[in-house]
Amino acid sequence: MTMREYMLGNVAIARGLLEGGVQVIAGYPGTPSSEIIDTLASREDRDYHIEWSVNEKVAMEVAVGAAWTGVRSVVTMKHVGLNVAADPFMTLAYAGTKGGLIAIVADDPSCHSSQNEQDTRRYAQFALVPCFDPSTPQEAKDMLPYAFEFSEKFEIPVIFRPTTRISHGKSDIELGEIPAEKAVPHFEKLLDRWVMLPKNARPRHTHILSIQQAMEDELAESPWNSLEIKPGAKMGVIGSGIASVYAKEALQELGLEASFLKIGTYPVPKKLILELLSTVDTVLIFEELEPVVEEQVRILAQEAGLEVSVLGKEGGFVSREGELDVSAFLEALRKAFDLDIEPDSGKVPLELAPRPPSLCAGCSHRATFYSMKKVFGKDAIYPSDIGCYTLGIQSGTVETTLCMGSSISIASGLYHAGEKRPICCSIGDSTFFHTGMNSLLNAVFNKANITVTILDNRITAMTGHQPNPGVGFTVTGEPTVEVSLAELCKAMGAGFVTVVDPYNLEETQEAFKAAKEFEGTAVVIAKQPCVISGKRAGIKRVPYIVDPEKCEGCKQCVKFGCPAIEFDEENKCAVITSLCSGCGVCAQICKFDAIREVKR
Amino acid sequence: MSERAGEKKLDLLITGVGGQGAILASDIIGKAAVISGIPIRAAETHGMAQRGGSVVNHIRLGSDLGSMIPKKGADIMLALEPMEAVRYLDFLKDGGVIIVNTQSIIPVTVTSGLSKYPEVQEILDALSEKYVVKAFNADELAHEAGSRLAMNVAMVGAVSGYLPISKEVLLESVKVLVPKKTIEINIRAFEMGREEVEES
Repeated sequence: MTMREYMLGNVAIARGLLEGGVQVIAGYPGTPSSEIIDTLASREDRDYHIEWSVNEKVAMEVAVGAAWTGVRSVVTMKHVGLNVAADPFMTLAYAGTKGGLIAIVADDPSCHSSQNEQDTRRYAQFALVPCFDPSTPQEAKDMLPYAFEFSEKFEIPVIFRPTTRISHGKSDIELGEIPAEKAVPHFEKLLDRWVMLPKNARPRHTHILSIQQAMEDELAESPWNSLEIKPGAKMGVIGSGIASVYAKEALQELGLEASFLKIGTYPVPKKLILELLSTVDTVLIFEELEPVVEEQVRILAQEAGLEVSVLGKEGGFVSREGELDVSAFLEALRKAFDLDIEPDSGKVPLELAPRPPSLCAGCSHRATFYSMKKVFGKDAIYPSDIGCYTLGIQSGTVETTLCMGSSISIASGLYHAGEKRPICCSIGDSTFFHTGMNSLLNAVFNKANITVTILDNRITAMTGHQPNPGVGFTVTGEPTVEVSLAELCKAMGAGFVTVVDPYNLEETQEAFKAAKEFEGTAVVIAKQPCVISGKRAGIKRVPYIVDPEKCEGCKQCVKFGCPAIEFDEENKCAVITSLCSGCGVCAQICKFDAIREVKR
Repeated sequence: MSERAGEKKLDLLITGVGGQGAILASDIIGKAAVISGIPIRAAETHGMAQRGGSVVNHIRLGSDLGSMIPKKGADIMLALEPMEAVRYLDFLKDGGVIIVNTQSIIPVTVTSGLSKYPEVQEILDALSEKYVVKAFNADELAHEAGSRLAMNVAMVGAVSGYLPISKEVLLESVKVLVPKKTIEINIRAFEMGREEVEES
């Protein structure tokens, strides 16, 4: 009997890695990829090394070192993580690998939780490496053992690219076997492979170009591509990855006769594309984000002199932005063939209040931002970074967000450009360890007169509370060195470094005042555990209430923006709800002494 | 309700606010579907949007295709919060069923005076024009059962009669997925939610 389990896509991916015999796993958290390592780290019978590395470049290199000993390794990240890891990755494509090496790079079409929606299939093209693009969580799991074998056979790293709807989709999954035997690590000193001097790199470039056709041929025969020719059908559809599933559902729904090519691997299976093109008049290409397949189809049709009308992003049939769905396919059909398909009219009969995500009740970031704004004022400039605290845009203290670690360097650039207003940037603990450290070093070295605020909530919160070098334990909970942010900043030459408790407004504001006065790069570390992980670790605080007798209805506490504070319009009085986590900041804000701890 | 007994295909949308337990609610149904041998696909909101933001889960019973319900494709909506029922209406079939918790959660955009929260009765009236609405305060019901935190399970109980899965299997799934100490409360909440809809 086969085993079936209900699983999150990322849990299925973790399972696929186990079934593929993975031995070393490294990564940096990033939505939608994080649960892969979280899942593998929480297993009790681990016979592999697993780590949260400090950033994606480092994680990639750890996986490379491991694969060069002949074991199977994997590195996980979100799409933008590959920008950080692009340096090792691009040259790794030349050097190649011994043990199978999979770079899992999770894309986020529609930017559900990201700063852009770049398409990782472009990176695969750029680096000349194969890419696997699963269409369902089951296929994702099943592809991974194949991807390891493929990587080993061609001695080349491969990209595995799930999207948000795969990683955070759930499905009943049929499980396979986990192999008992694993490779014995042995690093062979192949200097012409592992030392990418110009004289070694040139022939490797030749090599990687020379194996493209063989890889494509093998992938075309794999189960991840499939071609169904409907005899007599003049219309063809090509769907890639998850978009193929939406196209299939729409075609089934409409009962439309069309030949169908599903693509799950890159370089694209040219053979199959040509076979389809030779039987149809029109082909509609349905893929998320970039026209990667579409460009290949246009080139092939032209080379083969085929008179096929190619519909896709070009001409505006399929959007190049955001994720696709069944409705997007119907819309493409309607545009292409003037079909009479009723457009969806999801009319909402009422005006709704927006419900954007916000910092939790009692989140220390809100308190830090409050003090920061008090001291630096409206006129100051507030570069920020990537993490929960980006939600501080609601506090008016997030004025730039570009990429991981950029807050400090952008602050430096603003200063060096001659901007005379005070500059105070903010960055989380994990983001600081990721790439903010380099920026601080640079700021100190080049004498940027700025204030750097490290929002040290003792965890990597946004992605699901993963450990980082400042917390004192590894991904598996094993104790390790707890790197001191303050000592690190001092060692990098910062002339002013101070640690404060952001729940203490007076202390924090004094520190900000001193930092603002300081000539040079000043660092304020606001240290207070994340309320979610703090609660899990057993931190208990007494909640607060408003004394309606004392409340004057000035709304100062309401303006603080804590989700636990509401305003009773009838009685003109603030109310603290059961969401209160007891940080006590609102009690310090209240001028009328109307907020106090609930009596025990 | 029992007309559906022979039919295994059902698209269900769960809407709510991050932190209300929408994921656990869909997991209870998902696990129970697998036990019952019904193929299932689901899509969830994780990451940034979860922090007190609006969330929507798609659950497709008897589906072997994608996890996203097409527009106007959902048979039933389970709304853990009234305003969040309205936000995702374009996914619901005309004449579809909405089971809605009447306990509102006021977003920061309203407390800070930037926008207004519509009257709950106004929401229910608007929904009733095109859809079959079953409304009750699931927070209060869960409180009666022993804990407000069991609201999501009370809502699963409320929708349970519409699902092609037996009550016993759903309860089995509840027992596995909720914290051990809270099993009794959650079972009570499930039963109370189920009765609430059966009676209406």
